[in-house]
Amino acid sequence: MASTPVPAAAGLLTCAGLGKRFGTHVAVADLDLTLQPGEFVCLLGPSGCGKSTLLRLIAGFETPSAGTIRLGGTDITADPPHRRPVNMMFQSYALFPHMSVAANIAYGLSGLGRAARQARVDELLRLVRLDGFGPRRPDTLSGGQRQRVALARALARAPQVLLLDEPLGALDRALREETQGELRALQRRLGTNFIVVTHDPAEALALADRIGVMEAGRLVQIGDGASLYERPANRFVAGLLGDVNLIPGRVLGREAGGLAGLDTALGPLRALGAAEGEGIIALRPERIALARAPSGDGPALPGQVVETTYLGDRIRLRVRLADGSIWRVSAPAEEACPGVGESVHLSYPPERAWLMPAAA
Amino acid sequence: MRALDRIALSLGLGFLYAPILILVIYSFNASALVTVWGGFSTRWYGVLLADVPLREAARVSLVVAFAAAGVATVFGTLAALALDRGGRFAGRRVFTGLIYAPLVMPEVITGLSLLLLFVGFGLDRGLLTLVIAHATLGLGFVAVIVGARLRGLDRSLEEAAADLGAHPARVFATVTLPLIAPSLAAAFLLAFTLSLDDLVLASFVSGPGATTLPMRLYSQVRLGVNPEINAASTLLVGTVTAIVLTASWLTGRRGVA
Repeated sequence: MASTPVPAAAGLLTCAGLGKRFGTHVAVADLDLTLQPGEFVCLLGPSGCGKSTLLRLIAGFETPSAGTIRLGGTDITADPPHRRPVNMMFQSYALFPHMSVAANIAYGLSGLGRAARQARVDELLRLVRLDGFGPRRPDTLSGGQRQRVALARALARAPQVLLLDEPLGALDRALREETQGELRALQRRLGTNFIVVTHDPAEALALADRIGVMEAGRLVQIGDGASLYERPANRFVAGLLGDVNLIPGRVLGREAGGLAGLDTALGPLRALGAAEGEGIIALRPERIALARAPSGDGPALPGQVVETTYLGDRIRLRVRLADGSIWRVSAPAEEACPGVGESVHLSYPPERAWLMPAAA
Repeated sequence: MRALDRIALSLGLGFLYAPILILVIYSFNASALVTVWGGFSTRWYGVLLADVPLREAARVSLVVAFAAAGVATVFGTLAALALDRGGRFAGRRVFTGLIYAPLVMPEVITGLSLLLLFVGFGLDRGLLTLVIAHATLGLGFVAVIVGARLRGLDRSLEEAAADLGAHPARVFATVTLPLIAPSLAAAFLLAFTLSLDDLVLASFVSGPGATTLPMRLYSQVRLGVNPEINAASTLLVGTVTAIVLTASWLTGRRGVA
């Protein structure tokens, strides 16, 4: 029985070829994921993409149809949940309604003596800033307080990996941003591996060292926020992390420096990226320069402004180009901005445009 | 419209409860004639207390009700757990139907089949057969009540307990059982009243020395109704009402139903 808390030593979690199907529905397919010690990873994706199933596979609530899960070198694929040095914070918090806050937190500490258990509960209550809340019942707490009790309970056994299923999903917006910072600071302090499931890209960017984007049961791309934003693996990832203009084309060849030349509906364009054949250029709106007259250096694409939106710090424009496609452009607000109907010329630094394979 | 509603409601309730109300009123009748009001008196409750066979029948009824409700609660809960937690095992729908079927089965048929069973096994009819029959009667109701509670239970509570290192037996004892306990109590009380009320099954499966209160009352009524019967019935109605109210309060409490 694994009732004695495991030391907080960081373990290395490895999922290899992990798959889970429910009947004919494939929830997780051929998934490889390796966690570095002390890492904070977010699994990001829309509902039904398999991110929660992956979390439940790691916790042991679901048995994988294929693949293995190893923790610190040990194969835990067949271990039941109560034998895994992994704990989970549930989206609903799943606090035991018939127990006090202290009893909830102490539930996983049955291997300790009474005094040690009490000391650990007090320590955890302090950690989540709920001193004195021990005798309260969960239903007398606010949502934010319940969330912190759930966190303390999940941390009680000092798990090697803490799994958090939409940990901030039930909180209102202001509290969510505050709690993001706390969660991040707590993870840095404890050095425990955190895996957070979320559908909110902003939350993933704010929290994680690395973000794993999931789509239809597959891990499409994993990396830090900047690499996902700058070098998305496909149009799904590109669109998930922010506004993007997608320009399809065919790769014709490469210049020195790795820039690819493409033939597109707008004529020849250049972008960075290794794709061959049919490709898509992902171009962020803030990378596009806007000018009333074509500037001397480099090709400029003529277009006409169809809409402007003032956003305070920036102005968002929609510009129709020669082939009829609409590009979104984000310009600094201090510049005198072209109005609707005006002709403009668009240009971008080709090394800040990313070429993705069209098929991925 | 509202007045119409009120009239309809009064008629309905009157239809349901007027006979019982009359029975209760006449149990306080001073006269020995059932239909003639002779003033208020509690003398028939005194007669009732002195009636040894009737008291013995009440004792049998209570013993049987306790035992049968206990058995029904244990087995009904096990059935509900198996149906709710057993996953998609083969024939699960059939089993669900089989559990619920006795709820609508005519009691005469249940009684007859149990009688045949007991005779076939050479079981002497008496307290034991009564308990078995009434446990059968209550089991389906228990399974329905406890099953509803189990379905309403947030599964992540049990998962959280397992996640925190509790093996399945501890999860059941410390999380599942406390959370379904009110429905167990309600189910027990309902099974208890079903047993206390039953006349049909008891008539089939009871034997000498195991006469229940409803059987005793029924046999006395056949010799002629007297105010003592009214008094006994009033007590029975009072007991059952109290139990049913307790049961519905238990299932209706917040976080239970």
